[in-house]
Amino acid sequence: MTKRVLEMTVNGEERSLAVASYRSLLDVLREEGGLTGTKKGCDVGDCGACTVIMDGKPVNACLVLAVEAQGAEITTVEGLQSSPDDLHPLQEAMMEHGASQCGFCTPGILIMAKCLLDRNPHPTDEEIRFGLSGNICRCTGYTKIFDAIRTAGKRMAAASTGDGTKAPDFSKAEA
Amino acid sequence: MRRFEYHEPKSLDEASELLGTLGEGAFILAGGTDLFVEIRERLREVKHLINIKRISDLSAIEYSETSGLRFGALVTAGELEAEPSVIRYYPNLRRALAELASIQVRNRATVIGNICRASPSADTIPPLIADGASIETFRPEGGRTIPLAEFFAGPGRTVLEQGEIAIAIIIPPPQQGSGRSYIKHGRRKAMELATVGVAVSLDAKDNICTGARIALGAVGPVVLRAHKAEEILIGSSFDQNTVERVAEQAMQECTPISNVRSSAEYRRSMVGVLTRRAIELAREEPA
Ligand code: FES
Ligand code: FES
Repeated sequence: MTKRVLEMTVNGEERSLAVASYRSLLDVLREEGGLTGTKKGCDVGDCGACTVIMDGKPVNACLVLAVEAQGAEITTVEGLQSSPDDLHPLQEAMMEHGASQCGFCTPGILIMAKCLLDRNPHPTDEEIRFGLSGNICRCTGYTKIFDAIRTAGKRMAAASTGDGTKAPDFSKAEA
Repeated sequence: MRRFEYHEPKSLDEASELLGTLGEGAFILAGGTDLFVEIRERLREVKHLINIKRISDLSAIEYSETSGLRFGALVTAGELEAEPSVIRYYPNLRRALAELASIQVRNRATVIGNICRASPSADTIPPLIADGASIETFRPEGGRTIPLAEFFAGPGRTVLEQGEIAIAIIIPPPQQGSGRSYIKHGRRKAMELATVGVAVSLDAKDNICTGARIALGAVGPVVLRAHKAEEILIGSSFDQNTVERVAEQAMQECTPISNVRSSAEYRRSMVGVLTRRAIELAREEPA
């Protein structure tokens, strides 16, 4: 079977990989790409562990063919940190709240939570629930994950507006 | 994933020709959210995948007051969910879209893919049938426009011919005094297939029903229209007594089966309950 050269930007870095066209983006990111932060839970779009951002939108990497990502911009959980020592506020908050137990769902949850908070820094519980409805966690019972998202949201809003009180209200924004 | 050959046609002519020459085992890839699952779970033997994403003009969404809404085969459920004209004029479709799987899936899944998969429990089909939508196709010898209510031949089967490709959906504009609703019944909100889905579109003048379309999902081999129930409603003033009779008639018209999600009896009772509620909901916010 012939391979195709796939060119995409992953976490800001241009990558060029030879891939067979039947391979999923998830497998290629993890294997050819060496980025094992993104997890494979179910491989059929049910669990959200494989969530990555593709051209600005969260998608299940297990349901995308790698060759479909030709020219795309991808952000994986590794791309959340600006440097190895610099955690994203969501990562900090997840640690503080003990929101990660076995950790298998965590990369997907972090990506989905980032997408949510970028649009809506002060989500209601209902909005968090809606935002995370495609991500399954078998360990935590979700409560600590919600706490972490709220904490991170407040800190991110404070950092961007100076005091965190005048953050723009995106609560009506689309999912 | 199991191996298949991959094709990226640049035009509809090319895609249709590939479908014809590659024959059985060749499938169109649009969103892929159903297809990849079927490949992995070995529900579908795919030898050739024909990705239509590089074909231009299939991604448009257009709305006008005279011709209504038209969207192409590559429009995702997420794009349509965020489309202002859908939010404003087609709240029933919007609801069905927002309840489809998850945000991640909606960002890939195409609405026309959801329709062509022809599942009797597909979320988008009941509101589209209730709204009188049609589907536009491409054939080398000339395409056709098929009313969506006549598009399905059975579970997983459509009337599309070999080499024919669904390219757009058209929904007529809402009439003055019309109202519409969709209610999906399941055990949970997200990542769930409908146990029963009921969509109702009503036209009314001076509080008298002048037109009614009731579509029932997941209670037959295809999404059904409850024609006799509609007839009872037309000409009435939506009084409680009539609505009860309409709901009762819709229960008679559906042909549910029992499966892992629920029994046939339960589905039939829910058709009654949801038809009544969907009529009430459609009456609440007339256009
Ligand atoms: S691995 Fe992709 S959704 Fe579970
Ligand atoms: S921490 Fe184990 S699945 Fe979420």
